[in-house]
Amino acid sequence: MQQARIKELQKIANNIRMGALEGIYTANSGHPGGSLSIADIMSYLFFEKMNIDPKNPAWEDRDRFVLSKGHTAPALYSTLAHRGYFSTELLKTFRNKESILQGHPDMKGVPGVDMSTGSLGLGISTACGMALSGKISGKNYKVYSIMGDGEQEEGQVWEAAMFAAHYKLNNLVAFVDFNGLQIDGDITKVMNPTPLDEKYKAFGWNVIVINGHDFNEIENAVNASDSSDKPTVIISKCIKGKGVSFMENDAGWHGSAPNKEQYEQAIAELTAANENL
Amino acid sequence: MSIYEIGKKIATREAYGNALAEFGGDERIVVLDADLSKSTKTANFIKKYPERFFNCGIAEGNMISVAAGLAATGKIPFASSFAMFAAGRAFEPIRNSIGYPHLNVKIGATHAGITVGEDGATHQCNEDLALMRVIPGMVVINPADATEARAAVKAAIDYKGPVYLRFGRLGVPVIYDTDTYKFEIGKGNMISDGNDVTLVGTGIMVAQVIEAAKILKAEGINARVINIATIKPIDKDILVKAAKETGAIVTAEEHNVIGGLGSAVCEALAEEKPVPVLKVGVNDTFGKSGKAEDLLEVYGLTAKDIAEKAKKAIAMKNC
Repeated sequence: MQQARIKELQKIANNIRMGALEGIYTANSGHPGGSLSIADIMSYLFFEKMNIDPKNPAWEDRDRFVLSKGHTAPALYSTLAHRGYFSTELLKTFRNKESILQGHPDMKGVPGVDMSTGSLGLGISTACGMALSGKISGKNYKVYSIMGDGEQEEGQVWEAAMFAAHYKLNNLVAFVDFNGLQIDGDITKVMNPTPLDEKYKAFGWNVIVINGHDFNEIENAVNASDSSDKPTVIISKCIKGKGVSFMENDAGWHGSAPNKEQYEQAIAELTAANENL
Repeated sequence: MSIYEIGKKIATREAYGNALAEFGGDERIVVLDADLSKSTKTANFIKKYPERFFNCGIAEGNMISVAAGLAATGKIPFASSFAMFAAGRAFEPIRNSIGYPHLNVKIGATHAGITVGEDGATHQCNEDLALMRVIPGMVVINPADATEARAAVKAAIDYKGPVYLRFGRLGVPVIYDTDTYKFEIGKGNMISDGNDVTLVGTGIMVAQVIEAAKILKAEGINARVINIATIKPIDKDILVKAAKETGAIVTAEEHNVIGGLGSAVCEALAEEKPVPVLKVGVNDTFGKSGKAEDLLEVYGLTAKDIAEKAKKAIAMKNC
């Protein structure tokens, strides 16, 4: 990828981060850590890769996206707003009783949300259903999904993993936000789901391990999935809270909102990062 | 077209499989099963449309959410398993993947109730009507016979939204004429009129209710017989009318007396026309192994039990 384009996508990712934090700060509730960690992947998918049309969110042949780790809805809403599905002004209404922006994604209310998610382990199965549907109808769309690493502890993830491999759903690309932390702490201490690469390999998937903040690695992995005859999982090493110094690698920021001072510092850091690009 | 001979015994699951094959020409229909296709009778669909059948293995939660993804991309999926594992095991995926986004998924749950028989309590689901009824927007249908099962499958295909269809393993007599019976979601069906008491049955208990009315008739009691196939949305009008005109009601269901038809009827009447309602059903207990017909007697689900409750209900009218 051209260096200039990488910078653009990095800038978009930081804007996604700032929009996500704006919603969480205004709501005084939400999940910043995992929203910040996936911003680079979201930037790449929605601004570089996916075949979508914000003016026609129900377009039948569009690529689909399922945020299986639905609690990081702020990242999805911010991405959709910046991509033009709705006004970025709406981000302030996150979790408000008058708003379409529910705490977890609601496909009925928000343009661009392809599946309602939030209960961990269900989203990846619905993504399998969408991928199977495309195969049945002979459509060329792809289905992208992002799961959490803690989410890998859900049994249904592995039911879906069997299903996707069994039906050779090579039009399915699943990311795992491998940031190592879940609400109660280190994933290997809470209930160790690793080694994820060996598990998915044994389940019959095309496995790629990347740095989830490196746009060249993200792009190469996604492009490699285009020629796979198996479903692809991209295990993305990410930093929870990426881009905000005091949130990085701290499980405490999984599901708590910043106060005014913290929010202002976070925005200042992300603004400075964009200015330095 | 499947034609069912009146009086002949046939399981509603058989009619389910036949109906999937009969109406399966619609390219949007996709059938999923969880390793039970020969028992749920989705195998009848496979014979005709193998390219639109997908076995999900013994993984009901995934099957339900896969169905949600299929529906979100324009398909009409039928997801099948035993009621225990569809409504029970996969309750939360049904609630969150299908119910919350109100997706166009049909759940075909067979082997409901204690007439599963020999397999015993772990497989006898007496809780599914309660579980499915509390999901907002879920249509819950429990057909009485093969004719109604066929019609319910067709109605579910034509209806846009989530539908739970309950079918049984035990052969039950065909009540309705396939050529003339008109099924409508949300409408009860008065099988025979009467003014002393109303017997409301659902599913395989409708045949027992009809027999109960005959027992009462011999004793000079005229019972009205109503079939409530759609547990949700329930036909409040037919129930309120029956309460006003007969003054007492007995419900009969092959389900726990908590949360199913009896509860739904009480809820419907309490706000408009409260009358005595006595419930025949599984009395808040687990089942056990045995022949299906024997278990109906053991758990008090026979025509005789219904007739006795009817007399008690009539006596309560004057209290």
